[in-house]
Amino acid sequence: MHPTDFTLRGAIDALNEGVISSVELTTAHLDAIAALNPRLNAYITVTGEQALEQARASDARRKEGVTGPLEGVPLAIKDLFCTAGTLTTAGSRILGNFTPPYESTVSGNLLRDGAVFLGKANLDEFAMGSSNTTSASGPVENPWSRANDPDTRLVPGGSSGGSAAAVAARLALGATATDTGGSIRQPAAFCGIAGIKPTYGRCSRFGIVAFASSLDQAGPVARTVEDCAILLKSMAGFDPKDSTSADMPVPDFAAACARGVKGLRIGVPKEYRLEGTPPEIEALWEQGLAWLRAQGAEMVEISLPHTQYALPTYYIVAPAEASSNLARYDGVRFGLRVTEPGSDLRDLYERTRAQGFGAEVRRRILIGTYVLSAGYYDAYYLKAQKIRALIKRDFDEAFAKVDAIVTPATPSAAFGMDEKQDDPVKMYLNDVFTVTANLAGLPGLAVPAGLDAQGLPLGLQVIGKAFDEETVFAVGTAIEQAANFTALPRLRAGA
Amino acid sequence: MSLDIATVRRIAALARIRLEEGELAQAQAELNGILGWIEQLQAVNTEGVEPMAGGGAVALRPRPDAVTDGGIADKILANAPDRQGEYFGVPKVVE
Repeated sequence: MHPTDFTLRGAIDALNEGVISSVELTTAHLDAIAALNPRLNAYITVTGEQALEQARASDARRKEGVTGPLEGVPLAIKDLFCTAGTLTTAGSRILGNFTPPYESTVSGNLLRDGAVFLGKANLDEFAMGSSNTTSASGPVENPWSRANDPDTRLVPGGSSGGSAAAVAARLALGATATDTGGSIRQPAAFCGIAGIKPTYGRCSRFGIVAFASSLDQAGPVARTVEDCAILLKSMAGFDPKDSTSADMPVPDFAAACARGVKGLRIGVPKEYRLEGTPPEIEALWEQGLAWLRAQGAEMVEISLPHTQYALPTYYIVAPAEASSNLARYDGVRFGLRVTEPGSDLRDLYERTRAQGFGAEVRRRILIGTYVLSAGYYDAYYLKAQKIRALIKRDFDEAFAKVDAIVTPATPSAAFGMDEKQDDPVKMYLNDVFTVTANLAGLPGLAVPAGLDAQGLPLGLQVIGKAFDEETVFAVGTAIEQAANFTALPRLRAGA
Repeated sequence: MSLDIATVRRIAALARIRLEEGELAQAQAELNGILGWIEQLQAVNTEGVEPMAGGGAVALRPRPDAVTDGGIADKILANAPDRQGEYFGVPKVVE
């Protein structure tokens, strides 16, 4: 067995049993990155020397009898998490030379638990996108391709496209990611892996480059649901440095995976049966519900009547918060500065931001600025906040009747790199099934459940009650076991 | 609501993003495309609904009004594009 083929759980066991060392495991992943990253572009920065140093230190700790929950496990870190002393770009030119002097709480938690960092994963610029084509470091390629059309390069989804592609291609055992409207779940589904956006407040946002603060949540992507549970346990936890961090105990998520679904009531929202959804996605959804029924769960039709308004609501709230958060990039304190001879301060701001931000980021800042501007605030931003409350109320009422909700993860399989690039609204529709969980602050898990006719992975989504990731993991594991998803991407280490 | 060119120019100025004259028409078309799509929200009855600000149900915590950090000027200045001693350099603001 090639060391990059371990699941994260399998690697932890192999390390504990002395079958492999962290240096061997890390070296195998660095070799795989060297071979495949020039094609996939999943990593912006590879920290090879530092990774080997961390692996050696981990092996030494193990000899001393000290083993953290992730001792010696090599991971990829989305380049949105500040890592002390390591370039952190957010996929943007404006942060192209930014080396943070501090560590994000989530990545710090992983280091505390013994993890090894292979490098920083590519992403859409400032996590704004659904195809990982807006990165200043170039697009990421999905390691999967269509069986009948292997030469068309597909997107890995976004914004956590580098994280998902790296894990699918076996260039990491797991990765950190973030999700503001679907940025963990959509790329996980496109790349045939699992990923969870936990409840808002579960993971600290401290040290994560901010996009839309009331929607952003960190979470893991990995090749199994249990691996996600193990990673989330380490990433999560109360942090006084984030005023929205939840002061709640972190359960043993991995233990919850094996709970089973017997007696659980699973909500099936009728508004998620969208016109134009490919029949194979509808069929996979039905299949997923049948699997759960066979394992003893009860299906309950529910209504989430404001679903159709979720995406336009998101495209007011998220750009509004982004326009405010991204005001800090002014060319004065850090990052890019662009001036012309004779530039005054205002000209410095305007040139720096025009050249430092890519087209999609500029577009969202402009929309956000407009919806917050005098005279339009009530019509747009306040209206969106009220509809957000209605969307949350829909979920509150549904969760009075059910324990979890199961839906498709995405309205399509991965698409070609040249598709959907001409119309922003068409790109936004990728998040139609995922964005509601962000608006309501709920946990959502994507789990690979099948292949489409062209051999591309399709995922299902499990949405849970706030702070009930345990039920989400149980339902996700039940789907995963029934689906027995063993298909592999064409581009992968050891292939 | 449809944005005219003057409004696009004003929004760009508020956002401190330089738009060249030749870029205004495309920006106008893109923004109007998005705003036209968002317009459907006006159909939702939101009478008496409290706006939802923030992402969590947890109330914000008060914390002691105390200094918790400091003495790290070098770290703060480490990424400055134009460091001048202990200061960030900017173009002359006051004549």
